[in-house]
Amino acid sequence: MALPVAFFAVFFAWPVAAIVARGLRTDGRWHLGRIVDVVTQSDIRHVLWFTTWQALASTALTLLIALPGAYVFARFDFPGRQVLRAVVTVPFVLPTVVVGTAFLALVGRGGLLDELWGVRLDTTVWAILLAHVFFNYAVVVRTVGGLWGQLDPRQEEAARMLGASRLRAWRTVTLPALGPAVAAAALMVFLFTFTSFGVVQILGGPTFSTLEVEIYRQTSEIFDLSTAAVLTIVQFVAVGAILAVHAWTVRRRESALRLVDAGGTARRPRGAGQWALLAGVLATVAVLLLLPLAVLVQRSLGGSDFGYYRALTRDDDTFLVPPIEAIGNSLQYALAATAIALVIGALAAAALARRDAGRLVRGFDALLMLPLGVSAVTVGFGFLIALDRPPLDLRSSWILVPLAQALVGAPFVVRTMLPVLRAVDARLREAAAVLGASPWRVWREVDLPLVRRALLVAAGFAFAVSLGEFGATVFIARPDNPTLPVAVARLLGRPGDLNYGQAMALSTILMAVCAVALLVLERLRTDRSGEF
Amino acid sequence: MLLSLEDATVRFGGRAVLDAVGLDVAEHEVVCVLGPSGSGKSTLLRVVAGLQELGAGRVLLDGREQSGVPAHRRGVGLMFQDHQLFPQRDVGGNVAFGLRMHGASKAEQGARVRELLELVGLPGAAGRAVASLSGGEQQRVALARALAPRPRLLMLDEPLGQLDRSLRERLVVELRELFGRLGTTVLAVTHDQGEAFALADRVVVMRDGRIAQSGTPLEVWQRPANEFVARFLGFDNVVEGTVAGAAADTPWGKVPVPEDAPQGTHALLVRPAGVRLVPADEGLRCTVAARTFKGTHVAVHLQPPKAPRLEAACALREAPEVGDTVGVEFDAAEIVVLN
Amino acid sequence: MHTKTFVAAAVGLGLITLSACGSSSGAQASGDSKTVTLVSHDSWAVSKSVLADFERQSGYKVRVLKSGDAGQAVNKALLTKDNPQGDVFFGVDNTLLSRALDNGLFQPYEAKGADTVQPQFRVDPAKHRVTPIDYGDICVNYDKAYFSKHKLTPPRSFDDLVKPAYKNLLVTENASTSSPGLGFLLGTAAQYGDDGWQGYWKKLKANGVKVVDGWEQAYNQEFSGSAGGKKAKADRPLVVSYASSPPAEVVFADPRPKTAPTGTSYGTCFRQIEYAGLLDNARNAKGGKAFIDFLLGKEFQQDMPLNMFVYPVVEGAKVPKEFTEYGPAAKDPQTMAPTKIAADRDQWVKSWTSLVLK
Repeated sequence: MALPVAFFAVFFAWPVAAIVARGLRTDGRWHLGRIVDVVTQSDIRHVLWFTTWQALASTALTLLIALPGAYVFARFDFPGRQVLRAVVTVPFVLPTVVVGTAFLALVGRGGLLDELWGVRLDTTVWAILLAHVFFNYAVVVRTVGGLWGQLDPRQEEAARMLGASRLRAWRTVTLPALGPAVAAAALMVFLFTFTSFGVVQILGGPTFSTLEVEIYRQTSEIFDLSTAAVLTIVQFVAVGAILAVHAWTVRRRESALRLVDAGGTARRPRGAGQWALLAGVLATVAVLLLLPLAVLVQRSLGGSDFGYYRALTRDDDTFLVPPIEAIGNSLQYALAATAIALVIGALAAAALARRDAGRLVRGFDALLMLPLGVSAVTVGFGFLIALDRPPLDLRSSWILVPLAQALVGAPFVVRTMLPVLRAVDARLREAAAVLGASPWRVWREVDLPLVRRALLVAAGFAFAVSLGEFGATVFIARPDNPTLPVAVARLLGRPGDLNYGQAMALSTILMAVCAVALLVLERLRTDRSGEF
Repeated sequence: MLLSLEDATVRFGGRAVLDAVGLDVAEHEVVCVLGPSGSGKSTLLRVVAGLQELGAGRVLLDGREQSGVPAHRRGVGLMFQDHQLFPQRDVGGNVAFGLRMHGASKAEQGARVRELLELVGLPGAAGRAVASLSGGEQQRVALARALAPRPRLLMLDEPLGQLDRSLRERLVVELRELFGRLGTTVLAVTHDQGEAFALADRVVVMRDGRIAQSGTPLEVWQRPANEFVARFLGFDNVVEGTVAGAAADTPWGKVPVPEDAPQGTHALLVRPAGVRLVPADEGLRCTVAARTFKGTHVAVHLQPPKAPRLEAACALREAPEVGDTVGVEFDAAEIVVLN
Repeated sequence: MHTKTFVAAAVGLGLITLSACGSSSGAQASGDSKTVTLVSHDSWAVSKSVLADFERQSGYKVRVLKSGDAGQAVNKALLTKDNPQGDVFFGVDNTLLSRALDNGLFQPYEAKGADTVQPQFRVDPAKHRVTPIDYGDICVNYDKAYFSKHKLTPPRSFDDLVKPAYKNLLVTENASTSSPGLGFLLGTAAQYGDDGWQGYWKKLKANGVKVVDGWEQAYNQEFSGSAGGKKAKADRPLVVSYASSPPAEVVFADPRPKTAPTGTSYGTCFRQIEYAGLLDNARNAKGGKAFIDFLLGKEFQQDMPLNMFVYPVVEGAKVPKEFTEYGPAAKDPQTMAPTKIAADRDQWVKSWTSLVLK
């Protein structure tokens, strides 16, 4: 417990507090009046309002589109199910720079909607909402579908034997059981869309601005740190509230439900209605999720004989960085970040899973998720002023990048491992202790073998997330070891056919690496893997 | 004494689960704690094992105070109610676990695993998966696992609780024999009196965290210490009466009592065997309300007018039919005046 | 067994990373006088051989810290100015120069070779806190194919852009988040004056100008002349970019085209000058000075164009043939004094935002 707490204190709480203090404190005095000033500005109020309603709308739309998907992936058995489950998760871990570009191919000019009906949604709020569905589809499918697959179908059958119609049985038995999972998924989607950055910037155009975008602008472009500090606090409070509700629903979700092995509950669809549902979901996935990804691949193949891919390997004296090196950098960073996230996350999860965990410890559960809701630019700039003295002068050390990525990865590790750890029978540990195993050996001999798969799943997820993480790597000054997302952004930042093509090729590679990592996870998925 | 508990007290949220319990177990003794669920008997084992901290009192093993000694250093064995075999290890891995923890060599482990599996009647099962075992086999493996590191005290929590009756009866005999042969010191808990009486040198009856009675099975059976113990042992013919001389005044009329019975108002236990059926015009007049077949005899439930029901044990062919009217007389030798 | 090795590896990796960070930070903290650290923006680039020449001749090792885009890099340098991350900062341009100077980011140093800088680029003659290194022009680029196909002359000036012939053709960037976007706004302000630029933008808006958030989107998604734009079926043949973008379209193409697919409207240019300076509190000031001298040296100046797509500021530095052929610098660009920019930019951007975006 001490290590995770120290980690989050030093690498998260302190930097964020430092940058906020820099904005609100001058000459040794706090200017808390700034909070009122900023919040009452009409354009800031506009930003707050837009941030909230687009997040609500995105969440509703995501649930609407993804819940049938959750059902289909949970209950139907069809060829390619595993692969598809992995693929729908790819957008979630891809950097928005990359996907924004591809997503325009769906809703933008000459995109599918344009070709078919002459509808263009880019720079409208619809583009933002649909992109949010694209990114968060997997959150709902995994969180809700995961539980759905484990609900004992016999409960519904029991209700039907007692005279309930099919719909009524679903409504009275399945829906209440799913309720907390749906709520947890909705809150996660709300959190991700509330703090949406890249999607809003790229697809929304300059007229739309969320809190996160505004914090970025105020910090990074306008250098108005006091406004940025106020907005950071506002976002912090909002995110804290979301997380508190989330923690509550999660706890309720873990309440006694009869769960069975997910493998046994899926079956082939029967009847026209079920086939139609399956077809509908597959079509949605194809259009909304696969098409944008396919566009990326297609654009990377332009030129002759994989010319863009071959260009990646060229070590040109005039080139910024041989892009192929970025792959190596990315893998190294991601491995380091995964290791850190695993150590921190596993320790935290172990502490949280203890039955005698007090209120304080359980509060830490929610705190762990906070980095997901705090702007990367805030953390990045915070690092600069907080970690600037020995022995923690890490400002320009490469370790800062994996550290920042681990902040994002650790919550996923905790969320994946916690349910499994909580499911380990405490008496199994006692049995080992009575047989002479010390606490450390108990962990190694009992817990570890049981949570090994969950640990691997968590590792894979942390790996994929840090591979795609863009914010931290951009906002932290570092020696020049660009990661894949950074290299893509840089290539996109220069004119010329080769640069653009290589950006697409690198994105495709990034996507492939993520997809492979997720596919491996799909094979390892435990019966009781957590939320993601 | 191998094990001594002195004033052992554990409270969960203000409720005393163990209330100043004192208990001694001598070397090679098999002690069985008997009590209904919630009486604190499992907590007793956990306290001895070091899995549960004491609120007050002491636990001594071989005369040494155990507070601060963690579970894995106490050198006692515990067999859990539902076995808690490690699902990811095979039978051999489970049995060898304790040996590994104590740093035994591979060869030692192998030999001991073979020896123990033979002892519990599962020779050659070392390579089997835990999931493939039947309930009885799991129980044997759990026992072998607990015995493997040669604990100075073996504790069993409802050792046969989940098994079916015939298996349970067979295993009780096997266990009794095994413990006798090995000279193991055993502290077992159970809610099943048959199991306790068959297994134990000494039975300790618990109620609400306190010890209600302690003695050999025979003592406890013959002279339950109080109404609770009597009822827990399955005796339902308990009634309040006023003893005067060699008879007691009860709702069932005058009932003879043993000669040395204490005088005054007491609970009286009438064993079913002490309820004799006589023709309807003699003794207490009762109607037969129900009969249950018990294998060796028939339990006849009798309803006297305006008094609690009575249970009588009858030979099969002498048992009256439901609805018959019979008379009842009592046998002083089968009557116990409880304190 | 696999579990054990996996965990051992994970824990080991964690320890290695932590110890590695410990040692590397130790080396930096000691302020080792053989290393000179450059802090710059993400666009910094130099040929390896050129940098190696400097390291060999001066005996210093160069560490480069890239710190985000130009605005972020300056802001981060300001945040850390009491305990700077490096010795030299490169990449503050004329739109941000006053912010840097007013906050005391730099210490005075007159570079060797400062007298070779073309006079129009020289600033801060009294204190020499910054040294001009390169310049570029933010101009409207046009898609040659579009204009020849539609038999239309490409626009030449700001005035042309509001003509009906060019309706719905121009895409530009958000002046509050994008450096070319801001440059273009400043160009119009320089051309039409404090009172006139708003009127010009009203007309531009009426003529269908499209505003996106960043250069990447404008150029790669909206501009029909770029490689990305062609794939995205972009439909805006005019984009606010740089005079150096057409040569880049030639250099970064395989095979190279005979002529650039895009051209520059030279009457719409705003000049951007980039400066370098010795950071206040630099640990290795001596090395920093040597590095600034190197930045003004002929070798680096002639290496810059193809690496960063900018033009050299020293007299007589040769420019590659791609530049002279497809993208020479503007002859008569709009300019503005850094003090004027500092005084007015926030207000202008604010008015521009409510005028154009709302």
